[in-house]
Amino acid sequence: MAFQEIKLYQVGTFVAGNRLLDPEQRSVQARMGRSNSLTSGHRACQGCGEALGARYVLDAAMRATDGKMIAANSTGCLEVFSTPYPESSWQVPWLHSLFGNGPAVASGMAAALKAQGREDIRVVAQAGDGGTVDIGFGTLSGMFERNDDVLFVCYDNQGYMNTGVQRSGATPPAARTANTKPVGGTTGNVFGQGKNLPQIAMAHEIPYVATATVAELRDLEHKVERAMEFRGARYLHVYVPCPLGWGAAPADTIRLARLVKETGIFPVFEAEHGVVTEVSRIRHQVPVEDYLRPQRRYAHLFGDPPRRDLIDRIQAGADRNIARFGLLDDPDTSDLPGARP
Amino acid sequence: MLEQIEGSQAVARTVGLCRPAVIAAYPISPQTHIVEKLSDLVRTRELEPCEYLMVESEFGALSACIGASAAGARTYTATSSQGLLFMAEALFNASGLGLPLVMTVANRAIGAPINIWNDHSDAMSMRDSGWVQLYAESNQEAVDLHVQAYRLAESLSLPVMVCMDGFVLTHAVEQVDLPGQDEVDRYLPAFVPQQMLDPDDPVTIGAMVGPEAFTEVKYLMHAKQMQALDEIPRLAAEFAEQFGRSSGGLLSAYRLDDADTVVVALGSMLGTLEDVVDSLRDEGVSVGVLGVKCFRPWPRDEIREALSHARRVVVVEKAFAVGAGGIVGQNLRLALQDLPVEVYDVVAGLGGRAVTRASLRRLLDVLLAGGLDPYELHFLDLDTALVQRELERSRHRVRPGPHAENMLRDLGVVGSGPL
Repeated sequence: MAFQEIKLYQVGTFVAGNRLLDPEQRSVQARMGRSNSLTSGHRACQGCGEALGARYVLDAAMRATDGKMIAANSTGCLEVFSTPYPESSWQVPWLHSLFGNGPAVASGMAAALKAQGREDIRVVAQAGDGGTVDIGFGTLSGMFERNDDVLFVCYDNQGYMNTGVQRSGATPPAARTANTKPVGGTTGNVFGQGKNLPQIAMAHEIPYVATATVAELRDLEHKVERAMEFRGARYLHVYVPCPLGWGAAPADTIRLARLVKETGIFPVFEAEHGVVTEVSRIRHQVPVEDYLRPQRRYAHLFGDPPRRDLIDRIQAGADRNIARFGLLDDPDTSDLPGARP
Repeated sequence: MLEQIEGSQAVARTVGLCRPAVIAAYPISPQTHIVEKLSDLVRTRELEPCEYLMVESEFGALSACIGASAAGARTYTATSSQGLLFMAEALFNASGLGLPLVMTVANRAIGAPINIWNDHSDAMSMRDSGWVQLYAESNQEAVDLHVQAYRLAESLSLPVMVCMDGFVLTHAVEQVDLPGQDEVDRYLPAFVPQQMLDPDDPVTIGAMVGPEAFTEVKYLMHAKQMQALDEIPRLAAEFAEQFGRSSGGLLSAYRLDDADTVVVALGSMLGTLEDVVDSLRDEGVSVGVLGVKCFRPWPRDEIREALSHARRVVVVEKAFAVGAGGIVGQNLRLALQDLPVEVYDVVAGLGGRAVTRASLRRLLDVLLAGGLDPYELHFLDLDTALVQRELERSRHRVRPGPHAENMLRDLGVVGSGPL
């Protein structure tokens, strides 16, 4: 059968089911027509969540736009590992300008296409968390405020991984980075609480905001396709574990991405015009320790004695998310891929 | 068509005639009237199709232009002073990517102390950014330079900034011959990008380049800039033929042929200098003026040629490299280093201080009398007594607050008089 000739890429939770699904229900990655927007052979680290997320996002967006798409990319891991000239991994028209201007560059692209009457061509912009929540924050807010026709995707690995694992505004409390080292004899500084950009995006009341992880790749694809149904500013925040920066095993990338959702630390949801419309409910709630323990960036929490205060603080944050988004209400199976309206 | 019109309005209407498809701008004095007028033209659909982006910063403005240009649109932005500095990172990026952007710089001083008035510190600070820098002497020239700038930018695929003196030109109402749409269309064909983001033919723009080729890439940027030295006079000649008036080019010469002493300057100061030179000529002194219309690329050979018969050259410039001296002066010294000519460097008109005929005349009188040291840095109309008082004061007494406050008190401008 034709579909069995296709190289099987990582397909996430439903790895067996994907091959047995009706071709129309399969992941874009398992289809003959996948665009391979970000081709294999790039220089991402083993187990890179961002590379995985970006490939799914771009291919899903290419499918949703029938291949009529151009991409802007901020400086960061994704740009560096994919374009050591002349070995570009991008099969979409792709432009990298600077670290802090991805959103503005994308706004310019959308404006140009509108002026040219080419609104059939869509714009996707990508950045890591630094290019989104920190240095690119001003231009991103401007893009949201003007409601420019751009899908902006943040691949959040919670730090400046490209420059050697320093803290970003998305680094969660108590996570150790290269520049949040011991202070006052205590390892692992609690420094801030991380900016919650999905909620900041919602406060701009843009047409569509969603969060996703690379553990639920069909859900990620769905959200990209949903985002492309809207015109105007759209924001997708994808949680992408970084084995190198987090001190986690490459083989644990998907597991960590699943645990971050199942603990409640990272709520997975969709919002339209500032209002939450869908949440991905927790199937088997797990304590935050299960997520924290496999990562060396949290190793200082599990010394002798363990830092219960910090673990409890993280658990409290997860519990707040669970309450705020109703992540445990209604224990039905509506969060299964394919079950969405 | 001849009109009595403010410089900013004239530039805005000319930019409109160049048919940019995307304008992205952030307001800053004294650039604001230009982008206000352009927003009007877009609203009334005199300029169509055009998308006008109200961005959150100058950095966003130039970044949006980068994206729009890469997507195949002719673009425009304008800025000034701190705004230009806020764009700095994008400025270097735009030239490195080879994008044919055109930007007006309404020249203004850089703070601190904050000062909104004219000098050339802003554009001069970006002299190594890879942008072509053209300087307008009058509002007529500012208008004409914008039309030529788009031709130049798009023929070489490099970014061009048109510099016009803030307030002195932007807010001056004078007679300007505005071109007609047909004329501009004939001179400036539709934008055909040399590289473009096209779903039918995907390219990667802005990839990373390592040490093995980076030097060569930079060399090619330089080579392309240097091509502008041929292209600018060619486009200026073509413009003169079609529009019936001369504007732009690399240099302008006024009573230069037999001049022993030559004053070199940029921008709106040139007109005043020509008046001063006229009066000196009336007295039998052989003085001339060389205007630098294109500062980047630096027309070294043309300048050497133009100054080959001069004995004394004095640069009067509205820019100052703190800790070094005059910027144009340094470039000029290098260009003339093996010629038997004395070079003097005078910084003038910083932060909007008027460069008057009287001041320039005094300067030239001192120069002609042999009273100027070629190895010293000179400032036109510097209040040395004021500076000395403040230096003396700061030797004896540490006091919080900036020098400016003390000196303004000395001048009786603020406070209760001298300390």
